[in-house]
Amino acid sequence: MIYLELFLGFLKVGCFAFGGAYGAIPLIRDVVLSYGWLDDEMLSYMIAVSESTPGPIMVNLATYIGSSQAGFAGASAATLAVVLPSFLIILLCTALLKTVWKNPYVQAILRGMKPCVIGIVLATGIYMVVQNCFGSISSAAADEQGIIITVLLVAAMVVYQRIAKKKLSPILLIVLSAAAGIVLYGI
Amino acid sequence: MNSYLDLFLTFAKIGFFTFGGGYAMISMIEHECVERKKWITHDEMMTVTVLAESTPGPIAINCATFTGYQKAGLMGALLATLGMIVPSFAVIYLISMFLDHFLEWPLIAHAFQGIKIAVGILILDAAVTMIRKMHKKILPRVIMLSSAIVMLCINLFAWNFSSISLMLIAAAVSLVVFMLHGAPNQKGGAKK
Repeated sequence: MIYLELFLGFLKVGCFAFGGAYGAIPLIRDVVLSYGWLDDEMLSYMIAVSESTPGPIMVNLATYIGSSQAGFAGASAATLAVVLPSFLIILLCTALLKTVWKNPYVQAILRGMKPCVIGIVLATGIYMVVQNCFGSISSAAADEQGIIITVLLVAAMVVYQRIAKKKLSPILLIVLSAAAGIVLYGI
Repeated sequence: MNSYLDLFLTFAKIGFFTFGGGYAMISMIEHECVERKKWITHDEMMTVTVLAESTPGPIAINCATFTGYQKAGLMGALLATLGMIVPSFAVIYLISMFLDHFLEWPLIAHAFQGIKIAVGILILDAAVTMIRKMHKKILPRVIMLSSAIVMLCINLFAWNFSSISLMLIAAAVSLVVFMLHGAPNQKGGAKK
């Protein structure tokens, strides 16, 4: 039954996808192709759509694939399945944390993991900004519009912070960037 | 406002305006839940980021569940998570019903090219905010810098090495240092 298949397939994705959607894509590809839901080309298109629409990429993909296979009910089954493991694991962790929290060994482990996550986020940010301005390592080419938009957005953030004494809202930044993209890439 | 409704709407807003997945979400959640609503502290936000990275599933869902639970228990966790999902679900469902190849429309394509740039900046901004609030000591700085360098190499040269292994190594290093030297003195270290 397709609903059960969708549920089980995405439950597997939800249980084993570590480190966010980019890490999960090979796993999703594996599940989708092994059930024979989509061909590779259609899946690649769906991944591109999921990356550029709002919300968690994995949730977008689950909804999209579920809907393409079995309509609204299929989308619901796949989405529920991909979210369920995270939800339960975090509930368990937060309930446990209160007691395990003060353990000095746990504290030591967290002291190591926190800066590591910061480093990972830093590297990802640097990589994305550089890629947006100068292209990827395999096809390096300066993207003039990309550089202009990057400078404009950073300037907007800095000026706003100086004047308003608080951070520019990320939502406003997204809206600004979409407008800048339409204007600059559209010319 | 009813706190359940507030949780749902706040996370729906975050869900609707977050592009590019989990890391970009950190800025957004920090802005809404730590700075504006003060539902969780920065330190808790840092902990949930670690938790989200080291547990499976979408990072955004992990953060929503955690914040909702801290604020209003099980029901809060449920509503925050639901809030996170509903915008994604609605947008994608509509696209799958009505819009074929909408990524090829020039206006949409150009807007997304712009948004991609903002996503990169937001992720970098999240990192800078976290670095500023990090303990200014040698060990966390070394771990942070070496993780960043390894992760950059993973991205650049497509190294087959997962961020989870990186975090496990960092945890092991910190644990060994703790067993050899004991816990760092918080106040003494901060002066450095």
